[in-house]
Amino acid sequence: MIKCKTSKEIGGMGHSKKRKEDARFIQGKGNYVDDVKLPGMLYMDIVRSPYAYAKIKNIDASKALEIEGVIAVVTGKDLEKYNLHWMPTLMSDTQMVLPTDTVMYQAQEVAAVIATDRYIARDGKEAVIVEYETMKPLMDPFDALDPDAPILRSDKEGKSDNHIWHWEVGDKEKTDDVFNNADVTVKQQMHIPRIHVASIETCGCVASYDKVKNHLTMYMTTQAPHAIRTVIALVAGHVGLTEEKIRVISPDIGGGFGGKVPVYPGYVIAIAVSFLTGAPIKWIEDRSENLQADSFARDYHITAEMAGTSDGKIQATRFKVLADHGYTDASANPSKFPVGLFSIGTGSYDYGAAYMEADAVYTNKPPGGVAYRCSFRVTEAVHAIERMTDMFAKKVGKDPAQLRMENFIKKEDFPWASPTGWSYDSGDYHAGLKLAMDTVDYDGFRVEQAAARKEGKLMGIGISTFTEVVGAGPSKDFDILGIKMFDSAEIRVHPTGKAIARFGTKSQGQGHETTYAQIIAEELGIPMEHIEIEEGDTDTAPYGLGTYASRSTPTAGAAAAMAARKLRDKAKKIAAHLLEVSEQDLEWEPGKFFVKGAPEKSKTIQELVFAAYTNHPEGMEGGFEATHYYDPPNLTFPSGAYICIVDIDPETCDIKVRRFVAIDDCGNIINPMIVQGQVHGGLTQGIAPAMYEELIYDEAGNILNGTFMDYLVPTAVESPSWETGHTVTPAPHHPIGAKGVGESPTVGAPPAIVNAIVDAVSHLGIKHLEIPVTPFKLYKELKAVGYFDKQEA
Amino acid sequence: MIAEDFNYDAPSSLADAFALLHQYGDDAKILAGGHSLIPMMKLRFAAPTHLIDINNIPGLSYIKEEDGFLKIGAMTREVDLEESDIIEAKYQIFTDASKLIADPQVRNWGTIGGNIAHGDAANDHPAVMMALDAEVEISGQEGKRTVSINEFFHGFYTTAIQHGEILTEIRIPAASGRFGSAYHKAERKVGDYATAGVAAVVRIDESGVCTKAGIGLTNVNAVPMRAERSEQALVGSMLGEADIAKAAQYAAEDCNPSADLRGDEDYKRHLVGVITKRMLNKAVQRAK
Amino acid sequence: MKSITLKINGAEHTAEVSPRTLLVHLIRENFSMTGTHIGCDTTSCGACTILVNGRSVKSCTMLAVQADGKEIITVEGLATAEGLHPIQEGFHLNHALHCGFCTAGLMLRAVELLEKNPNPTEEEIRWGISGNLCRCTGYNNIVKAIQWASAKMQGRELPSTEPEFV
Repeated sequence: MIKCKTSKEIGGMGHSKKRKEDARFIQGKGNYVDDVKLPGMLYMDIVRSPYAYAKIKNIDASKALEIEGVIAVVTGKDLEKYNLHWMPTLMSDTQMVLPTDTVMYQAQEVAAVIATDRYIARDGKEAVIVEYETMKPLMDPFDALDPDAPILRSDKEGKSDNHIWHWEVGDKEKTDDVFNNADVTVKQQMHIPRIHVASIETCGCVASYDKVKNHLTMYMTTQAPHAIRTVIALVAGHVGLTEEKIRVISPDIGGGFGGKVPVYPGYVIAIAVSFLTGAPIKWIEDRSENLQADSFARDYHITAEMAGTSDGKIQATRFKVLADHGYTDASANPSKFPVGLFSIGTGSYDYGAAYMEADAVYTNKPPGGVAYRCSFRVTEAVHAIERMTDMFAKKVGKDPAQLRMENFIKKEDFPWASPTGWSYDSGDYHAGLKLAMDTVDYDGFRVEQAAARKEGKLMGIGISTFTEVVGAGPSKDFDILGIKMFDSAEIRVHPTGKAIARFGTKSQGQGHETTYAQIIAEELGIPMEHIEIEEGDTDTAPYGLGTYASRSTPTAGAAAAMAARKLRDKAKKIAAHLLEVSEQDLEWEPGKFFVKGAPEKSKTIQELVFAAYTNHPEGMEGGFEATHYYDPPNLTFPSGAYICIVDIDPETCDIKVRRFVAIDDCGNIINPMIVQGQVHGGLTQGIAPAMYEELIYDEAGNILNGTFMDYLVPTAVESPSWETGHTVTPAPHHPIGAKGVGESPTVGAPPAIVNAIVDAVSHLGIKHLEIPVTPFKLYKELKAVGYFDKQEA
Repeated sequence: MIAEDFNYDAPSSLADAFALLHQYGDDAKILAGGHSLIPMMKLRFAAPTHLIDINNIPGLSYIKEEDGFLKIGAMTREVDLEESDIIEAKYQIFTDASKLIADPQVRNWGTIGGNIAHGDAANDHPAVMMALDAEVEISGQEGKRTVSINEFFHGFYTTAIQHGEILTEIRIPAASGRFGSAYHKAERKVGDYATAGVAAVVRIDESGVCTKAGIGLTNVNAVPMRAERSEQALVGSMLGEADIAKAAQYAAEDCNPSADLRGDEDYKRHLVGVITKRMLNKAVQRAK
Repeated sequence: MKSITLKINGAEHTAEVSPRTLLVHLIRENFSMTGTHIGCDTTSCGACTILVNGRSVKSCTMLAVQADGKEIITVEGLATAEGLHPIQEGFHLNHALHCGFCTAGLMLRAVELLEKNPNPTEEEIRWGISGNLCRCTGYNNIVKAIQWASAKMQGRELPSTEPEFV
């Protein structure tokens, strides 16, 4: 059980408080972007390219413009007049808003139709005739490196190949040396496929420009409203839309998962059209547009190697990555980290040599990739290290649980310096894995499995003991387009002791309205029910970089605690004044200051706040408000021990997850109910890429599964009943000892599932399986090792 | 996703519906449950100029045993099959199939007639109907005619239904004696179209000899298909392990699957074999 | 244009609509009840689920004209003067929603499920909501919420709503 410092009434950290935001959602009173209706609003629909790579010969909008209600058809040539046809990506690459001559991926925006209602806009879209001259697309990232490959980004001056960047970390020489002298090495090529966040709400906006006031109000599905405001100002400042004239409002968001961080062309077109017409413009994507054009994630080809001793001591890892970014590098990483935080890939294990390198290329696929419920490429890294750990265990003949236990960094060795440069803050990996093994009865399963194999049954158990790196981040390293990645909180306590607090982050379901209130309640003793939380409006909230990569609690959550502590210090001064004692004579218990040794002499926080407005000490500033911008001294390093058991139908190759136990360590827990909910959801987003989801393209550049009929988001039937638990190792440098949890399960689950499936069939000669492991794929692998020959004979 | 505009009528009698079909000609389409048609119209893969909604025509939704047949009205919703006592007691193949068709909301509105009349080999009822030796009643201004399910499916989205006609009833020889039926499909996730599906029906006499066998296959041929060689191998046998294995092997050999995201030809044949074996065993079990 | 009359959440409404108008758009745009959402274009996600004459259907795949004369319940009609519907309470108390976007559709689906099967097993619940996608919750707590509502509606002892987070 989690110990709480505050009473249930105050509801500080550790209480499973029910969520404050639920009331509006369960009664249909949420306010999502498609619910926004403004007078005179026009609707935008987008003509998209059916081809992956083609020259635009002509765009004929005349038929569309004949339709009653179609107001305009906007093309790249129209935007070019205002120099609005290009925009920067968050990675300082460039991206077309609308093309003037060439399309670079299927479903790319080609023209926008503006009409009086969405039905007419759709009719207009169908009536726009575009003539293309197709070219052979470049779909394979390995082909893109070929010296004879066509140069896709000839728009970039001096570009003579399709290579975007090279990155490396670690000690190459030392690592190579360990590999050359190691008893045992294992090596595996693996692909972390292109997938999609597929939040149930798609992207959209209402851009509303007021010509008289020269002011833009932008309602949009964004996880980072302030950063977007700055980007809009950078893109449109030259036409007079400067940052003080822009208000970004991020209303309720129907799931983000990283897919609502980037700026998509549709947003910019809507702004441009509203700017030119003075009418509010609504643009809401269809699901297929969303899947086909926006926010892909992953797509890393990894060659992973591990070296170690014959008795199972890991000594070194070497990872080489080829990253397929599609048409442009539209990742949403911190600017100095082109591979995000992939260098966490040395994992939870104590060894001293690692080298990683990565190269990125352009192809004719949609641009990306976003940090899908992931602290920037951590998922890819964790998959590689956890698969390699299993392969190494297999090769040295050790049980993978035992091997992990023998290689873990010990809890007394933190802070621990990783060979790729991180300083792990804290962890107790042994305790986590032990709890997971006890919960699932690991040894019991091994006995059952041995007996079942004799009867021809296929069942397996898989482990993932991952270390995460979240909470970007310290300003010395972390920025996006130069803006440091701190985050903020502003607390205003009203005279009657009730408060409103505002943040630079933006919840998309994480429950900030509840958890931030609990952090403030913890620090100030004001009941969390009396604290309103507001996010998402750049006119009212303090600047911050938004919610993604599990950064809200590590950054803005810390800011809330720090701002609250400033107020508690002020309350203490007022209490000393009112009780006529010195500050040193006062003690705090949640909700009041009392005189040491005389607890009857006390002042509640509500009395002290009231005094701040009615009777504050001479020389003290009145009011009771504080703001804090929190610049974290380090990242936080949550960890987890996940164990999965699968049963495989030996004939159909259907794979069923029998049990999945997830033990997470996210440091101190603010709200156990919400943490558990985050873990449940993240696990389902972990089983998805492990077994179901992948964006698939053919050689001609066509997406083959661009709708929910073929992009297989798991339902309640595919999703097992998750079993969850936790250990607590606080983050020593964080004001409330919390680490962040939202993405851990999505990062940690896939290798546990794949390791379990491989374990079920390893005795048949299978060493590795690529995700998603579908029954079809498993059938082919089993067939290749002759499994069905025996069966049919 | 928004459809092209069209005209809409909701006649309250079959006669009115036939008249409208004749009036509008080839561009008119019948709207039953609409759960195949409306999505296609939203994607603009289909653009009928007239929709004739037959949901308001009374008397087209029923499940009854009569004259030696199980009779199902064409506008019977999938959910009504799921909840029917007659079906649950005697025709479990429908219970098996219903659970695997799309999802509960779709089954609340989608109709069995629509599922068959759509003429899609990926739908589940066509294989079930083949296994059950169904016949369908097709009505028109000239009256009614009955077509064996074997003659019904002509090609991709085309059936024996002529312009001006409406499928009105499905008839299945009533279950009697030792009768067992079962359906299963492999699917990538719940509600998906079949990677491969098999409907199996057996009738067994007092001495345990199979007197009739029906096997229909889903989504492994351009049109819904019957595994005839498998059926022949079973009739007259005692439905032993070797007989069933033979039938499964023939079904796997005789189907004509094409490769797609769900699997390649080899995998689909393999699944047809495995599922045929399993569904025959299940049907035999139920016939006891 | 066609003239239609229907009852939504007990109140009679009329509208002039073109035949292609989807029922979900009629509800959201014409009648400004925006609690019903749209999450896909292939009848896959269930975010638009409503009750039509008591049956849960996907309102993105029904025409507004088909709702002529029908009785419709949307999320806005679940609560009564006496308070929240047990399914709404169940979702709130069991943390069965995160972003809230799929919630209305899931609750309306669950209302029909519980009417037909007042004491469903976990397996029956999971299959019963298989036409609704939720990307946030992982479904565990949605199952719990429906079990809780079942207990409440049947007058059974209410299950604990504390998280089993050992």
